[in-house]
Parts: sequence; structure tokens; C-alpha cells
Amino acid sequence: MRQRDAAVLDEPVMSPGDTATAVVAASGLVRTYRDGETAVLALQGVDLVVQAGEFVALTGPSGSGKSTLLHLIGGLDRPDQGHVTLEGQRIDELTDEQLALIRRRRLGFVLQFFNLLPTMSAVENVAFPLLLDGTVHALDRARAALDDVGLGHRAEHRPSRLSGGEQQRVAVARALVTRPAVILADEPTGNLDSVTGEDILQLLRDAADRGQTIVMVTHDARSAAYADRVLRLVDGRIVATTRRRE
Amino acid sequence: MSVKFAVLGLLEPEPSHGYDLKRAYDAHFGDVHPVKYGQIYGTLSRLERDGRVRFAGERSGEGPDRKLYAITDDGVSDLDHWFTQPESPDEQIRSVLFTKVVLALLSDRPAEPFLEAQRALLLEHMQALTRVKSRGGVLDAAFADHRLFHLEADLRWIDATVTRLERMREEVHR
Repeated sequence: MRQRDAAVLDEPVMSPGDTATAVVAASGLVRTYRDGETAVLALQGVDLVVQAGEFVALTGPSGSGKSTLLHLIGGLDRPDQGHVTLEGQRIDELTDEQLALIRRRRLGFVLQFFNLLPTMSAVENVAFPLLLDGTVHALDRARAALDDVGLGHRAEHRPSRLSGGEQQRVAVARALVTRPAVILADEPTGNLDSVTGEDILQLLRDAADRGQTIVMVTHDARSAAYADRVLRLVDGRIVATTRRRE
Repeated sequence: MSVKFAVLGLLEPEPSHGYDLKRAYDAHFGDVHPVKYGQIYGTLSRLERDGRVRFAGERSGEGPDRKLYAITDDGVSDLDHWFTQPESPDEQIRSVLFTKVVLALLSDRPAEPFLEAQRALLLEHMQALTRVKSRGGVLDAAFADHRLFHLEADLRWIDATVTRLERMREEVHR
């Protein structure tokens, strides 16, 4: 096993991709918040390009701007300067209604507190984004997505009957079911014990290995190590990048 | 970790004698394992042979400890190079990292760039090990986790150290 480890470490670094084929391309992002009298510079000029199938982790101390960056990519917030494109389309200039559609159809979200609808069963929660769009076979696709995360046998349970880890699996299935351009995960293991958390990270890793693009915010190095590329933010700037050697 | 860089780092601010170097070494790094005189003298004579330190005068008195040593330009560039290199994450890394940070502060070098480079290298190893873990069987996972938890401890130590560098700098110069 040691030799295998060494072999992994010794191979060359993969080359960075190019902007034209990027799933996410953000450039010159600046975002300032008002905190009473003072202006807080959350992002001070950040560029980010994410290629299809890439799993990127954003990490750094609290207040470093990593969540702000995720929110800008996800159309949950708008930059003061710079722009964000998703599959070549500028999203920072869209109306709120257009953004809501993009979020539902082209983005998947996995958040710290699962954010499932309490009155719906697991399979209905997963099917929900498809049902909103009137997609045919929504419930069948949702069942298949639940099977993929190992929860087929819990499909009819409401969230309150599921453990935290199971609820997060439902959230991952819901994020995957629309086959989004990118899944945005914000501290997805923050509310789970470490063993359960690693199961969720492995689900995300497996999805990335099947070609799913993922951007994840985490303050935790063990979680970040699941990613292909780890960007470290400090004071609103990217200060370091590490790539997994293939 | 080799005594070489500690001796070079301690000599950089001003020339010193073997005995004073031993005392300074033990004061900063010798809590668990004080260095032996023989190691200091052996290191000094190898460094002198290699042109990293030079004889800089003698003080009156008896014994082998009268020789005063000074660092040379080659010695300083060895030190400079050492500070730019993150340490390979092996068993001894914790004490080496601590020594390196203290020597950086003693010699008025910035410790942050080295710690950032170290952080990146540790994380890169964690990424490779996580790949081993997620692709392999349970034995691979157990092996990888053992290394991963230790690497994570080093990373957390770096986080904690970065927040107290200024106070450490004051204390080593006191």
C-alpha cells in the first residue's frame, strides 16, 4: 500500500483547462458588504474557472470569502464588480426570476442543514425540482436517484423519520436528479459526525468521477482532500491552489 | 532533524562558541532531547570544512570551546534555501516544523510563506491519500486514515501557529 501511495504522489500534475470549455467561469469578482459604518471587503478580485467533471473545494478561515464566492456562482448574490458565467451564459446580469429558473434547472445545492421539505416524503423531496418543471416520470427518476445514494428502501419516509446522514443523502439525490451543470455544496458535512460525513463526501466524489461538476465550500482539510483542486482563500483572495496528482 | 540548520540559524545573528550554541539550542529546542556537545562540535567542524561557517577568533582560556565561529555567505544561502522548502511529511515533521518556525523568528525571516508552502504540500498529500482511501478496500482506508489524521494535526498546528506568530516573535527576542 505504501508503494501505491508513493506512485500516486510521484505522477505529474494535471494541466489546467481553458476558459472556453468551462462550466463555471468567474473573473474579477469583487463583493463588499456594509456592516454598520464600515465596508467589509468579502471578495477582492477573484478569478475562478471550473471544468466539466471537476471537483473543486473552496477553503479558508471564516470570513475569508469562500461562502460569498459560492453564493455568487450560485446566483444567490450578485458581485459589485466582475462577472460569472455558467456554461457560457452570463448569470450576474439576469433578473431574479431568470436566476430562480437557472438555480432550479442548472444548479444543484447541498447545504449544511439539508433543507428538505418536512411534509413531503424522501422521494417527493427528490422529485420536487422535476415536478416544478412538469418533467415526466419525475417520481421514477427520483426513486432511481434515491437508489443511487443507497436510500431506495427509505423512499416513503418523511425527513423527521430519517437520520442526519440519511437526510443529507436525500439532499444529494435531489441535487443530482436534475443532472445539473454544477452542484454547489456549502459545508455539506458540517452537521454530521465524521463517519457519516465521509459517506456524503464519498457520494460527491463518486458523482464527480462519473462526470458531475462540483464546487464545495468547507473549512475542513479532510473534506477538502476529496476534491481534485483545493483553493485557499484568505481575506477575499485566493492565496493558494493545490491539485491532486493523478 | 539535523542539527546543521539549527547551528546555522543560531549563528546567523552573531558569531558564537560551541558551548553557547549548545545552551541556545537547548533553550529553544532541547526540552525533550538536549543536544550533546559532541554533536555541536561535530556539526561545526563539518560546516567549517564545507565553508558554511568560518573560524572568527579565539577567546582566552582553556579547552576546545575557545573557538569563535561565524556563518559564511554560503551558510546564509543554505539557510535561505532551507526556509523556502516545505518539509516532507514524515514521522519527524512536527519537531522540524517547530524548529523551523522558531529559527525563522530568531533570524528575522518571515515564517508565513514557509507555513503556506507547508500547508499546500500537506494538503496535496491528503488529496492523494484520500484517493487511495476512496478507491481501495477497507485496509487501504485504515492505512490512509492513519496518515490523514496525522497530516490534519499538522495542518491544524499550522493554523494555530499562524495566529500566534507575532507573540512568538516577541518571546524569542526577549
